[in-house]
Order: sequence, then C-alpha cells, then structure tokens
Amino acid sequence: MSELTDLYQEVILDHNRRPRNFRALADASHSAEGYNPLCGDRLTLYLKVADGVVEDVSFEGAGCAISKASASLMTDAIKGKSVADAQALFDRFHRMVTTPPEQPVEDLGKLSALAGVREFPVRVKCASLAWHTLKAAMVNERRTSTE
Amino acid sequence: MTPGVAGPNRPGLLTSPDVRRADLSGPPTLDVARVRADFPILARTVHGKPLVYLDNAATTQKPRAVLDAMAAYYTGINANVHRGVHELSARATDAYEAARERVRRYFNAASIHEIVFTRNATEGINLVAHSFLKPLLREGDEVLISAMEHHSNIVPWQIACEGTGGRLRVAPIDDTGALRMDELAGMIGSRTRLVAITHMSNALGTITPAGEIVRLAHAHGVPVLLDASQAAYHMPINVQALDCDFLVATGHKLYGPTGMGVLYGKESRLEAMPPFLGGGDMISSVTFEKSTWNVLPYKFEAGTPHIAGAVALHAALDYIDGVGLEAIAAHERALTAYATDVLNAVGGIRMIGTAPDKSSIVSFVMDGVHPHDIGTIVDREGVAIRTGHHCAQPVMERFGIPATARASIAMYNTREDIDTLARALHKVREVFA
Repeated sequence: MSELTDLYQEVILDHNRRPRNFRALADASHSAEGYNPLCGDRLTLYLKVADGVVEDVSFEGAGCAISKASASLMTDAIKGKSVADAQALFDRFHRMVTTPPEQPVEDLGKLSALAGVREFPVRVKCASLAWHTLKAAMVNERRTSTE
Repeated sequence: MTPGVAGPNRPGLLTSPDVRRADLSGPPTLDVARVRADFPILARTVHGKPLVYLDNAATTQKPRAVLDAMAAYYTGINANVHRGVHELSARATDAYEAARERVRRYFNAASIHEIVFTRNATEGINLVAHSFLKPLLREGDEVLISAMEHHSNIVPWQIACEGTGGRLRVAPIDDTGALRMDELAGMIGSRTRLVAITHMSNALGTITPAGEIVRLAHAHGVPVLLDASQAAYHMPINVQALDCDFLVATGHKLYGPTGMGVLYGKESRLEAMPPFLGGGDMISSVTFEKSTWNVLPYKFEAGTPHIAGAVALHAALDYIDGVGLEAIAAHERALTAYATDVLNAVGGIRMIGTAPDKSSIVSFVMDGVHPHDIGTIVDREGVAIRTGHHCAQPVMERFGIPATARASIAMYNTREDIDTLARALHKVREVFA
C-alpha cells in the first residue's frame, strides 16, 4: 500500500474533496479548456491577469482525484505570482512529475504532494492536465464578450 | 492438452464438444479450473499479486492452443498465400483458407465467399461504410444506429455521410440500457439506407434482439449490419438464422490474435460492392489502363493478409467450440449475476447497465470516487479492470457520467476473481473514506 499512500496523500484527498478556487471567473482575461480524450477528464481554467500578474485564478470541471487536486493546488500556487513565475513553476512541476521515481526532485512545497504520481506513469497526465491548460490559457486571451 | 499437438487444422483442446455434451445431463457446464490451465498468462502475478483479469471486453487472453498454432505456422509453414507453386506457399494457402472455412462454420455463413478477413471489426465497418453505404447515400438519406454504439460503429458512418447530405439517426436506450425497440421501429423508413446496431454493448453488457431488428428493417427493405465484437465470444451466432446482411467481429476478443478481424456479408451484397482497398491479391488482371477485380472474398483482401493471424484464429474458434459456447454463456451469466450482487454489497456503488437481457459486463460508478482512482487502486491488488468511457462517450452522456469502472467477464473467470475485486473495492473506500 505504500506507493498508494504516496499517491493518495492526505493533502490530495483534501483538495479532491474540497477543491480550492473551484468556480467560474466572470471577469477572467484568459481561459482555456483542458481535455484528456483518453480518460474524459475535462477542466476549464480561468485567469485574471493584470500588469503581468495573476491576480485571480479558478477552475471548473470533472476528473479524477489526481487531476482535481492538482488543479486545486496549482491555483493556490500561482495566485498572486507574475506570469513569468507561473511559467517557471510549470517547468519545475513538469520536471518533478517526469523525473524517474528513484531520483531526487526539487521541493515544491505543497505541490510536492504530487511527486507520488511518478510511481504511476499512466497517471502523470492526470497530474499535468491543469498545468498544460494553464500554459494554453496564458497565450489564449479571452475575447471580451462579457464587457 | 499435450504441448505441440495443436496445429492450425487440429482442434487443440480438452475434449470434443460432442463427447462433453454426451457426458452431461442438464444444462451445459464448464470446468473453469481446466480452462484456466490452458491460459498461460493467468499464472502470472501483477504488483506481486495473482493476476485477476477482468478487462475481457477490451481483449481476451489467449489459450496455449492459439499461441502454439501461431508458432507452428511460423516455424513450419511460413510463406505467402495465393501465389507460389512451391510447397510452403501451397500449405500456407491451405491453412489460410481452412481458417476461412472455420470462421464460416463458427457463424454458420452459407459460403466461404461471404467471409472477408480484415484487421479488426472497425475495418469491417469502414469497408461497408465506404463500399456499400457511401455510393448509395443521397441528400436526406439516413443511417440508423443506437445510443449504445462503440465509436467504431458511429464514426465510419459519419465519415460516409460527409458531403452526401446523408445523416445519422440514433435509436434511444432506456434507463436500464435496453434498446427502445418501439422507438427504433418508428425510425426505420423510406430514407433509411442501413441499420447498424451492436449485438451486445461493450459499455453496458446489453444484448440486443438482433433477429427482431433485422425483421423490422427488412420489412422496409433496409439492410442490417450487426456489430458482434462483444457478442461473438459470449454466445452462439448464426448469421443465416439472424438473416443479417453484414456482421463484423474481431479475433482478439475471440481468444485469438490482434490484427485479425472478420466481415461477414451476404454474397449478393458483397458481389455488388466496389473494392475497399486496392493492391495485390484483390485483382484479376492489371494493366495501366484498367484493372479487374478478383472474385469474392479476395476482392476485399488487398495485399498480403495476416496469415498467421488467420491460422491462430482458427485455433481460437476450435478452442471456444471445444469448451462450448452454451456452457460459456451459462457460466458468464451466472458470474455476472454473482458479481452484480457482490459489488452492490460493497456499498456506495451504482450499476450502469441493468437491462433484463445482459451478460458479462459489470459497469459501475462509486460515490465520491472517480473511476480512474478505482482503477489505479484495484490494479495494485492485481485486478485489471477498465476505467473510462469505453469508446462509448454517448453512452456516458446518456447516463450523465464522465466514465465508469468496468469489470468484464470471460470463460476463465471465477467467483474468487469477483471476490478479489470486491475486496479491492473496499480498499478504494478506505482510501477515500
């Protein structure tokens, strides 16, 4: 069970049960939809970016515990950060979940809870979905139909 | 079974069906322990636990007779078919054509000219979509499918409709996953060019009344294609009794090899159809001005076929008939009922697909736990189930869920397999408590 408890850590189960920033963002400046056609996980990510800073971020959607918890942790991690820092965090997160399990990885604080996914290669894409959606959203400025 | 005796033309099995039946009084039975001993992979472990393989609707495991037949072909016969005068080519051709005759007998087709070898069921459907349907389609024409079709029985029809003005219509299913036959009957009309329906749903386990569907369609002069990918390894299928115009099946679910499929088509239908793929073997003569087509079924078999696959499929069908499809069906139905009871007792589980006529598929969702998380946790207990939309996204939409967990049963599964799955599901509940 040890690899399973590495994967389903309390922080992951908590963010799955009570995802943070789980809502639509009416005044979002950027958004993107992430979809994993293999498993049907789907989420919409909203960003409110002003002066190069992620002022607010939220998500909606349905998916497994890993993808939902990862999205929730990501929103907490990037809120208030500069777009450049968020992009850099994407790279660091991506490196963490794709490093072979026997090798050490950088401590990314709460995001490190997702390092356990390395023991489950088919689940890496669940953990990465939100981050790839973030990357898409940052280049995907929203058309201003609500204004 | 003695290793080495199973050749492409010999039934490599236990006892002949006749002997077996003569020994029995009452319903057919199946000696599961004996069957399991024929499947080498069932002896392996996964994550240190004995393998419990419950993903049979995706693909079944292979008995030793099938593996031996394929090795025997490559070891002692290998040559190309239909072209050489040398001994090996003649023997390879014999083995390939013997497989066709074996498939004809399995589905009780009238003639070997009606058995086309394909890569899989999907290719069979694409062949019919391209060579039969597309040339017929005019503005306003319709293809009727059901709401429980696999993507392979949806997408090829959509592609055929593109640019023709033809359209897909979908007969609904009820809340149990049974086909609404009243609705289906009302949807067959003068614009219907084809009815294409599964004989057994891969996502729900629902068995459709194929014979009745054919009667309804034929009353309007509409041909019918049956997708027997699932049904073919769970129940006897008789294409002449069903009177279907086309039927597709796939070898790897029939305990045979991947890359080996079957299209059955009534001779009159296939005769009237243009080729699907062009190339060698499918021609009668070729000049740069014009080529003429070979006779059935070769017109539809361009290029070197999967000869070893056909030989192995032959052995697989011998194996299935040796055990007996009626015995297999009775065993699987009993196990499906058992699994339904045992899983319902776990708590927090909702069954998806509860049609009165169903078998072998137990699809379910669990309160507060996504199917992928179920799949990962039970995998660590050695249990292989499928999680996701099962290539049937419209079915998921119909039930308002993104995915299900699906245990699917084959002839070698046991009550112990189901009990292990249930214990693993209790672990899932512990993790997500």
